[in-house]
Amino acid sequence: MAKYSTNEFKAGLKIMLDADPCAIIENEFIKPGKGQAFSRVKIRNLKTGRVVERTFKSGESVESADVVDIEIQYLYCDGDFWHFMMADTFEQYQADENAVADSVKWLKDQAICTMTLWNDLPLSVTPPNFVELSITDTDPGLKGDTSGGGGKPATLETGAVVRVPLFVQIGEMIKVDTRTGEYVSRVKE
Amino acid sequence: MNGQWAPACNLKQLQCRAQMLSKIRAFFEQRKVLEVETPLLCHSTGTDPQLDFFSSAYHCSPNNKQMYLQTSPEFAMKRLLAAGSGSIYQICKAFRNGESGRFHNPEFSILEWYRIDYNLQQLMDETIELLLYVLEKNESTANIKVLTYSALFEEITALNPCNFCLQSYISYAENNNLTDAISLCENDHSMWLDFIFSHIIQPELEQYHLCIVYGYPAIQASLSRINIDNPAIADRFEVFIKGIEIANGFLELADRNEQERRFDQENEVRRSKGMMLVKKDPYFLDALSAGLPECSGIALGLDRLLMILTNSNSLKEVMPFPFDRA
Repeated sequence: MAKYSTNEFKAGLKIMLDADPCAIIENEFIKPGKGQAFSRVKIRNLKTGRVVERTFKSGESVESADVVDIEIQYLYCDGDFWHFMMADTFEQYQADENAVADSVKWLKDQAICTMTLWNDLPLSVTPPNFVELSITDTDPGLKGDTSGGGGKPATLETGAVVRVPLFVQIGEMIKVDTRTGEYVSRVKE
Repeated sequence: MNGQWAPACNLKQLQCRAQMLSKIRAFFEQRKVLEVETPLLCHSTGTDPQLDFFSSAYHCSPNNKQMYLQTSPEFAMKRLLAAGSGSIYQICKAFRNGESGRFHNPEFSILEWYRIDYNLQQLMDETIELLLYVLEKNESTANIKVLTYSALFEEITALNPCNFCLQSYISYAENNNLTDAISLCENDHSMWLDFIFSHIIQPELEQYHLCIVYGYPAIQASLSRINIDNPAIADRFEVFIKGIEIANGFLELADRNEQERRFDQENEVRRSKGMMLVKKDPYFLDALSAGLPECSGIALGLDRLLMILTNSNSLKEVMPFPFDRA
């Protein structure tokens, strides 16, 4: 396996730390006047999503992690696994519950997602930044109220619950930002 | 501008740099300190195991000569002092291998000056005057703090920086989320100090426009003299502007034997770490034998000063061609 020196650390680099694949978020080279140089690094554990701070002695080397991001289409869930397919090669991957995690509530058939592979196995799935989903349940609300103030919860076809303006009704399609989980707009069919 | 050919910094930075340099020159001209130039490419370099240098070969086949790019102009300037130059300053480039980051570029600009018959206090005063002048601040409104390394270290950590007790350092690390320090620093007193200073203490200095820390623990004396009244500390100070380390000053060590002993010690550290040994600079040592006058000297990072002057976040914002475009 390839190794990286701390001198090569930069945002986005994938390394192994405590046997888990991690991504570097930020690297600060620090060196007191006449003293020892360190790399102070913010790292995201790609398995747990947790962010930790670590310090390395400058010049130390760490093992690289074989982690790649691919664009992939969501197909279906068989109850245990979520199945995805590469559009160009038809190669399929099945992701388990840990990998899809919270993304599951945004997964709609045929959506193009980003899948992170570690040693060719799905590590995580990221839905598109914006998804269009229909509302399966929400309070009818008051007619004539067109202001956005307050809002109400609405359940979407994938099971996600988002706050929507009072005028949005069951059966309508809405656009949601998956990064924040917030309603963006109604979608005209 | 896009494309790697173009300057990384805004062109306005060129003006700011030129202005800064002309102010510095005016400051020293007024004080009758002589501007000098010394070689960047030299036959010898320092032994400091913390400073990695660039080396190159001078071609005179078959006996090529190993040459070094200077990590600072210190040795050559001290040779001038020993020859009777009087107080001098230099604005030049210095090179440090493997140092790259927001506050580091492998090639950078240094202002270094030496004052004959100045003690540490006098040099600290002059440094404050220079910085206030360049930063266009005055003493009454600037938030200036001058304190000893020990006072600062003990106030923040309750640890004694001069008297190393591994067990108390370890418990401090455990209680302050610094567990990496325990495996990295092991039993290395100096590395512990570097770790705690850079991770915990330096961020606390951000509140001061200008902060001078003096009286470093003797194990971090570098090329400074050990304090005559208190052998636990060195006559060395560092300057921080808003927490950014900007300069390092010494009451200069003039004793050849002591200097040679430190070179040997540093080479011993190099040997133990499997690093290349460095030949002790004979010209520099002979200059000390000839007699270095009583003096204090300081090196100041000009690119960092420009960063502070222009409220920039990274050296890349103030250098036209930082390392990746050089």
